[in-house]
Amino acid sequence: MIELTVNGTPHRVDVDPATPLLYVLRDELRLNGAKFGCGLGQCGACTVMAEGEAIYSCLTPVAALQGRKITTVEGLGTADNPGPLQRAFIAEQAAQCGYCIAGMILRAQAMLQRNPSPSDGEIRAAMEPNLCRCGTHMRILRAIRRASNEMRTASAQNPTEARP
Amino acid sequence: MIDALAARPSRRRVLAGGALIVSFALAPRVLLAQTVQGAAAPPLPGSLKTEPMLDAWIRIDADGAITVFTGKAELGQGIATALIQLAAEELVVEPATIHLVTADTARTPNEGFTAGSHSMQDSGTAIMNAAAQARAILVKAAADRLQLAPERLKAEGGAVIAEDGRRVAYGELVAGAILHVRAAPRSDLIDPKNHRLIGKPWPRIDIPAKVTGGVAFVQDLRLPDMVHARVVWPPSYGATLKAVDSAPVETMPGVLKVVRNGSYLAVIAEREYQAIAAMRALADAAQWDETPTLPTEDELFSYLARQPSQLIPVRQDSGSPPPPVQSVAARYRRAYQMHGSIGPSCAVGLFRDDALTLWTHTQGVFPLRAAVAELLALAPEKVRCIQVQGSGCYGHNAADDAAADAALLARAFPGRPVRVQWMREQEHSWEPYGPAMLTEVSAGLDAAGKIAQWHYRVRSNEHSTRPGTAGNLMPAWHLAQPVALPVPKPIPLPEGGGDRNALPLYTIPFADIVYDFVPAMTLRVSALRGLGAYMNVFTIESFMDELALAAKADPVAFRLRHLEDPRARDVITLAAERFGWSNYRRQPGRGRGFAFARYKNLGAYAAVAVEAALEHETGRLRVIRAVAATDSGEAVNPDGIRNQIEGGILQSSSWTLYESVGFDRTRITSRDWSSYPILRFSAVPESVEVHVIDRPGQPFLGTGEATQGPTAGAIANALADAAGIRIRELPLTAERIKQAIGV
Repeated sequence: MIELTVNGTPHRVDVDPATPLLYVLRDELRLNGAKFGCGLGQCGACTVMAEGEAIYSCLTPVAALQGRKITTVEGLGTADNPGPLQRAFIAEQAAQCGYCIAGMILRAQAMLQRNPSPSDGEIRAAMEPNLCRCGTHMRILRAIRRASNEMRTASAQNPTEARP
Repeated sequence: MIDALAARPSRRRVLAGGALIVSFALAPRVLLAQTVQGAAAPPLPGSLKTEPMLDAWIRIDADGAITVFTGKAELGQGIATALIQLAAEELVVEPATIHLVTADTARTPNEGFTAGSHSMQDSGTAIMNAAAQARAILVKAAADRLQLAPERLKAEGGAVIAEDGRRVAYGELVAGAILHVRAAPRSDLIDPKNHRLIGKPWPRIDIPAKVTGGVAFVQDLRLPDMVHARVVWPPSYGATLKAVDSAPVETMPGVLKVVRNGSYLAVIAEREYQAIAAMRALADAAQWDETPTLPTEDELFSYLARQPSQLIPVRQDSGSPPPPVQSVAARYRRAYQMHGSIGPSCAVGLFRDDALTLWTHTQGVFPLRAAVAELLALAPEKVRCIQVQGSGCYGHNAADDAAADAALLARAFPGRPVRVQWMREQEHSWEPYGPAMLTEVSAGLDAAGKIAQWHYRVRSNEHSTRPGTAGNLMPAWHLAQPVALPVPKPIPLPEGGGDRNALPLYTIPFADIVYDFVPAMTLRVSALRGLGAYMNVFTIESFMDELALAAKADPVAFRLRHLEDPRARDVITLAAERFGWSNYRRQPGRGRGFAFARYKNLGAYAAVAVEAALEHETGRLRVIRAVAATDSGEAVNPDGIRNQIEGGILQSSSWTLYESVGFDRTRITSRDWSSYPILRFSAVPESVEVHVIDRPGQPFLGTGEATQGPTAGAIANALADAAGIRIRELPLTAERIKQAIGV
């Protein structure tokens, strides 16, 4: 039995400890955000956060995450109440097929938590591991920039509550 | 999609149950009269030609709920949103009140494939006209009820409203199946000046679920009692399964069944990762007979040049042209390139009561149904295909093959839904690629520096091996009773396949253009976004710059010199102007390039200007900025068009700079993203601008594939401008550039 906290909720899952986190999220916890893309850590479609760090859920065995806090795109907001990055991706219409987008959002979230005021170069460098095949890159970059600005404004207005 | 999962009876099933006849009987006589079409009747708009009944497209229930049906599929290109905009505009309701049902063999019209940038012109035109005609029928019905002239009523907010304020809701007017009538050739469309929705950027309806983890993809479906399957594919084309001891796999945790049928090997398990673990064990246990059937990568183009072919004339002028003052000739090559969907193909099948339901991201539910019915020897009506979005496909990827897997495995394991998804290396090595191609062009210039004659030959496999028959489904090749791939037939012009856009739009007094069609495939190929247009436009637009150089003319001016179509001239002029073509200041290591095409010579017009930077030491070419201008006719969702054009430019940049499928004598060697690299963020341009020329009231022109070719031409031209070298082989890899510049 492995214990992990996903989007603030503690879970105990009964799976082979070698099972990559991706399959625990999708099949046991019925979360859709993390996607299977390559199973090789080459595309980033499966990206989630573990303790604030972006990780490839397709490669990380669930046993390595015992007791740790996992965040998926479902933990950042809902369609009715989207979080800052989700709002920014909607505002910029930053998706075509959208299969890569949840991974993009989590990779960006981890970067913004670490560095709330990234330069354009820093955003690109941080996003390098994640692939988009539709060519939505320009909009993804704009959405991250927009979210970063919005988060900083919110944090300046309300320093205690706002966090990325 | 949620609706698609519900078990409620479909419209067609209801009709098939006898209600069809009843509705005919109840239809008012005046409307029935419209079903009689004279022999000389003008054609119906868009896909109304093949499905003329209005209620096949638009259904209004007694409670006022509006459902719109399209046979086209949302692929991430934004078609669902644009179709809703059209229906809402003409029905004078808010878009949010419309429920759209997309490609489903049990519910929607048969509109063939969602391909060729046809959705707006086929389905968009049909839905816009059907909605306008439905509105007119509703207004007429309200007028009869209120005993007023129809001119004194207007439709608004889901009701018909009289000048005196009396209001009849649409739902109150639909009794008696008044929309069950044939469409008329002409509709009373809303004047574009009064459009509330058409022409306005409208947020895509599918994006909120995609950014919040909703059920957005076929990969996300979790049907009750669903099980998971994986297939063990042969390691190479034509490999056969010699032996496999599956007994140890059958006792692995969660394994429900190992399926073997000839060389087709798969496993079904309770959980997904159990299926993957079992697939790996099966793959280890499987022994294959492989034969080297391929040429080496190095000899690909000479091999392709030797293959038997058929000559198909594209344009062959008779007589002999005047002798040229100056002649230029060149040959170009294009490697195999892949769709490379980020999410490997997936499908869910449920076989129950001798009938099959498939949830699939196919581009053509009806052709897939025919193919699967043949594969399983079922009557087509026993197979229902429901399209659910998948990862972007950009043409015929492995979507249909995965659906065939789901069909075979669901039948082998009836009663429970079977979900199958391909692995990365399976998608990379088994998807049908965009074909390798060869082109050869020569032209003569006259004394005025204008093209006097043009000779062109394009050699290629055909660009579609889509389903329609079981043999188009790759799993069928490996069964104990295999079904072979049928010999592909060339797609006739004006659309064309390998010869798509082989005919330049430029004014050329004498032309000899031939498609040298190679029926036999080397690697598996099919439709990749743009088909032959990508290579033909790359060739023509590279060569136009070579000719401009010979004529000592500016590339943009040289193109305009050969174009009469004012809409072509407009996109070129606009792109050049926004790029700053005439006052461009060259910097060391940088160059600019321009290209233009009208997709298929009948779709959207697109001009692309790029600035590219060449890193001399590494040979790496990077697009710094791109400026595009497009004319898609009436722009329904301009932001949707921009998104498609931006995406097309970036995707084509990736094809053009990096992509070529690797293989040895036996196997595909491009098996993941390290052996088939694509564009990453560090190489993305600093800016991409798209300018949309809106043509209110003009027919919709397919847009989704319009910039694949022009982008390639513009990049090659920018390289030539930056480095003074012309590379005529795609992709323009750093290695190839380094070699050409002699680093």
